[in-house]
Amino acid sequence: MLQPSQPPADHFELRFILNGEAICVRVAPQDRLLDVLREHLHQTGTKEGCGEGECGACTVELDGLPANSCLVPAYQVRGRHVTTVESLSQEAVSNLHASGATQCGACTPGVAMMARWIVRHPRLLERHRVRALMAGNLCRCTGYDGIVEGIEADLEATGAAALPVARR
Amino acid sequence: MFATRINDPPGATTRAAGPRFAPIVADWDNAPDEDAMKAMKRREGLAKLTGRERYLDDLPLPVGGLWAATVRSREARGMLRAVRFGEGVAWDDFVIVDHRDIPGQNVVVLIEDDQPVLASSEVRHVHEPVLLLAHPSRAALRHAVRAVSIEIEPQVPVLDVTTQPRPEQLQYNDDNVFKHLSVNKGDISQGFESAVHVIEGAYATGAQEHVYLETQGMLATLEAGDGEGDVVVVRGSMQCPYYVHRALMTALDRPAHRVRVIQTPTGGCFGGKEEFPSMLAIHAALLALKAQRAVKLVYERSEDLAVSTKRHAAWIHHRTALDATGRLLAQDIEIAMDAGAYVTLSPVVLSRAVIHAAGPYRCPNVRIRGRSMLSNRVPSGAFRGFGAPQAHFASERHMDRVAAALGLDPVTLRQRNLLRDGDCTATGQRITDGSDRQGLLRRALEMADWEHKREQHRVWNASERWHRRGIGLAVFHHGAGFTGSGEVDLASEVHVAGLEDGRVEVLAAATEMGQGTITVLTQLAAARLGLDPEQVLVAEPDTARVPDSGPTVASRTAMIVGRLVERAADDLLARLGSRPQPGDGQALSRAIVAWHRAHPGRTLLGRARYQPPAGIVWDDQRYRGDAYGAYAWAAYVAEVEVDLTTYAARVIDFVAVQEVGKVLNEVLARGQIQGGVVQGIGWALSEEIVSRNGAMVNAQLTNYIIPTCDDTPRIRVAFEENPYPHGAQGSKGIGELPMDGPGPAIANAIAAALDVDPRVLPLRPERIMALVEP
Amino acid sequence: MKLLAPKSLEEALAMLAADAEIVPIAGGTDLLVDWPSNLDAHTRTYLDLSALEPLRAHRLNDHSLVLGALSSYWQVIEDAAVTAAFPLLASAARQVGAVQIQTRGTWAGNVANASPAADGVPVLMAYDARVELVYKNETETVPLAAFYTGYKQMRRTSGQLIRALHLPRRRYKLERFVKVGARRAQAIAKLGVAITCSGAGWRVVASSVAPTVCRCPALERLLASGAPIRCPEDLLPAIDRDTAPIDDLRSTADYRRRVLARVLFATLTEEPTA
Repeated sequence: MLQPSQPPADHFELRFILNGEAICVRVAPQDRLLDVLREHLHQTGTKEGCGEGECGACTVELDGLPANSCLVPAYQVRGRHVTTVESLSQEAVSNLHASGATQCGACTPGVAMMARWIVRHPRLLERHRVRALMAGNLCRCTGYDGIVEGIEADLEATGAAALPVARR
Repeated sequence: MFATRINDPPGATTRAAGPRFAPIVADWDNAPDEDAMKAMKRREGLAKLTGRERYLDDLPLPVGGLWAATVRSREARGMLRAVRFGEGVAWDDFVIVDHRDIPGQNVVVLIEDDQPVLASSEVRHVHEPVLLLAHPSRAALRHAVRAVSIEIEPQVPVLDVTTQPRPEQLQYNDDNVFKHLSVNKGDISQGFESAVHVIEGAYATGAQEHVYLETQGMLATLEAGDGEGDVVVVRGSMQCPYYVHRALMTALDRPAHRVRVIQTPTGGCFGGKEEFPSMLAIHAALLALKAQRAVKLVYERSEDLAVSTKRHAAWIHHRTALDATGRLLAQDIEIAMDAGAYVTLSPVVLSRAVIHAAGPYRCPNVRIRGRSMLSNRVPSGAFRGFGAPQAHFASERHMDRVAAALGLDPVTLRQRNLLRDGDCTATGQRITDGSDRQGLLRRALEMADWEHKREQHRVWNASERWHRRGIGLAVFHHGAGFTGSGEVDLASEVHVAGLEDGRVEVLAAATEMGQGTITVLTQLAAARLGLDPEQVLVAEPDTARVPDSGPTVASRTAMIVGRLVERAADDLLARLGSRPQPGDGQALSRAIVAWHRAHPGRTLLGRARYQPPAGIVWDDQRYRGDAYGAYAWAAYVAEVEVDLTTYAARVIDFVAVQEVGKVLNEVLARGQIQGGVVQGIGWALSEEIVSRNGAMVNAQLTNYIIPTCDDTPRIRVAFEENPYPHGAQGSKGIGELPMDGPGPAIANAIAAALDVDPRVLPLRPERIMALVEP
Repeated sequence: MKLLAPKSLEEALAMLAADAEIVPIAGGTDLLVDWPSNLDAHTRTYLDLSALEPLRAHRLNDHSLVLGALSSYWQVIEDAAVTAAFPLLASAARQVGAVQIQTRGTWAGNVANASPAADGVPVLMAYDARVELVYKNETETVPLAAFYTGYKQMRRTSGQLIRALHLPRRRYKLERFVKVGARRAQAIAKLGVAITCSGAGWRVVASSVAPTVCRCPALERLLASGAPIRCPEDLLPAIDRDTAPIDDLRSTADYRRRVLARVLFATLTEEPTA
């Protein structure tokens, strides 16, 4: 008959910092960070779009750098800082809202996380274009202009000096 | 019958690219004015941007619930001989469903009753569902699926619809043709007899996968009904709750009130969730009924890519007669489409292809013959554009070739032949909408800097060793809403309820899939009632609560359902005894509250049912008459650069000019065009389904190539307006139009850049190489 | 699935030596693709290298660049000095997947994954990288150009770990890298070619046109000979000796062959662009 599943013996405790808060959760060795967030912690903002590291819908920040959480083994997150879309305030996304950066919303958490990272590190634009930085976030709805314009509005709003030529 | 053009000063309503960032509308003391409405931000946008919007897979599995998986055929065609359950799996712990567990009919209800829910004696395509499994653990399910072997005695499959099927390959009537359609106007033999020029050409377009970022998923639960028994409740990602509802009723043999379907926030559709979700819904429900537990069925990406419906691949042949000045005398067009193994929506896709096949041009003699063919592939289905992109690719590529053959400028050829008011289409529909089609074309060429770019390219191409640039045009149209009497048959209904607290609620089955349904229906209701948008709720599409306003397809939502919202709002006011008081939303709210106090326990509901506009006449037998109430018109220009070392083409500029009646929301409308154009660019240049023995072998996002942010330029958009009196606030359909233009515009641009003659999409580098160096 | 989490390199090496079936994991960007449905992968034993911080560093000095086993693509992209000294590394790194992959993927992982379509390996090989392998306390250094012995096969015995990649610094007369993919990011190479020329000679390294990423000796000899190359077709005889492209779901043998010739010719005859 159908038995409820018991946590197997190989599960272990994973401790890490999630959006600034210390977390302790039991995970399986084969869990991905994406599974920990969605299944164990019920933080469903981070989405699974492909499981291959192609679409970027699962993007989180890991120790300050963007990563596809579908490709991060849970055990590698021990002691590290993870930031997810749940940390974004309405103010933080208001330019993306106004510019039409979201339509169906399935790619949006990953897009919002990349946008946040870019805007917090405007010096990236000395070496990278916005479109190249966003190329790991597939969107099927917007055609990307709404996303790029929202990020550019955020960059302008940070009051940084005139954006470098490479920005597009 | 149709409105004349509005007399606004030029530029007032035709702004390119929309305002940069519409400020949130703060001032609601006065009537929300039209400009403020047009600038309304997406209502559910903040929830999506902060990860709070919950899609099907975000819903937790209810306590005691089970995950589901599907066991599928590995053969393209054959007789089912046995199902064997392998060693090493505790099969007693699984819920197993096969065709014998279907209480009702083993049919996924759609147009014809040919597609089974689960294969019973034969299979007709790779990945056809045979068995369903459920278990508390997803990992256990994966092992179990691998351990089931489906024994099939193979039969000879049809994998190529361009050749005659052999007798042993016949599976539908005596020719494997699901549907024949023909359109006839005038007498083409006369046209060809008097022709000075006759140009022929064969064109082909490939299948396409939707790649909605949220995969297919359903959650089935059993809930207590009122007295008569339980209710099967299915929540999930879908476009058409009532399609799913009907399909469940038939397969489960349940009356309407014992099935309930609720659309959850949905992460993209593009037609891929029009009819296909019914299959998943039935599968989840069957397992839930057998297990008497909740069941969650979610497709992983590679499964979704491999097994879900695709755009119909098409082969289109044009034979065109023209006079000495390049005026069309006759068009003889043949269309063949690959429908896959079951009929699904193929007759309707063929219908739209056939109706649009001759392009937006005047021609006295037209014959269009279309056929939709069976093959032993995954069934083709709805995909944004629905036959029109295929038709317009052939038509507009052909027009450029005609121009070249006649020594005419491709622009001149279009100008000479574009439909004018008073002309009739291929189905004999007289166009009298007053839309300035010539002006649209001029505007697109101006925005694209057409003449200057062509000259620039001549010079540049002569001096560059490894790059070539070209610019190409497509002029096209797209009929909005269901064809002919389709809208009448749908008999759509919308309610607008006045709630006890003075707010109103829009009740419709129209779904939000990113195109802006919630926001636009809010705008329309608020504007009609003079209310602050915050006072308007839009109900979750739940078949227990909303009437059937028809499917969310065919670019009909704003135009048709929106108009019904307006009329239902009017009806609400009538029941209140109010007259619309522009600007006095507070008075309306007070009146609603007062009504409820005076009628405790009663419902205040404004209703509207679809009424066809007067004077629309369509003959479905002869395929003649007014195919659509309104057409959107467009002219697109693509500029491409081809790298001659790799033969890869990329779009470096794109202009999209269209007239869609009325722009209801600037950001949303622009987003529809930009998104559709990029999806069209993918179809034109990089998206290809690679198959072996009828199965998609590149079923991974790393191998099915859609454009990234860095693969496309800014899409420059402009709108013209010419209100359609029967669409909400004058709107026509917009969602599918942008898929029709990029394919031919890009192909024409590549032809110009390289002096080659592309006929087939996608124009991947390998194909371009073959054109340049055969 | 068994998981080993060593706290030091010594511990890691001891674990590796004890069990031939252990799979070391760095960033996981190859190993975790389609992970939930990759059932066989869940039965294996993994050695998590991610806590071994000393392996993460890269060091540039006057003589060499040392990329520690956990050095990522992103580290190189963001290091101006490394980018200046080894521009092809930065160029290749920027074309690996997208940023989310570049921050997690490692050079050593790319080497160990042994894909014929690898993005990092061609430029490393064109820079004469050497692979430092360590088993318990024995170190061995193998030229990357000799590291691959067949499709997905390499000169790494099961107890060995790649500790670092060593690149000699040289004055280069010419450095080029071209990756041909189906789109500008997130693309598996249909073909790739890295070319360098220095006092040590020509290096031409191709990907996706043979069972392994490989040096192209006939092309190198042709270039070294100084014989005039007037058109892409002049390269075809050497290409045909050095490569064996195939048809697969991404492209065709014919395309790979002809485009390799064109890309090689164009890049050799043109001025480098920014």
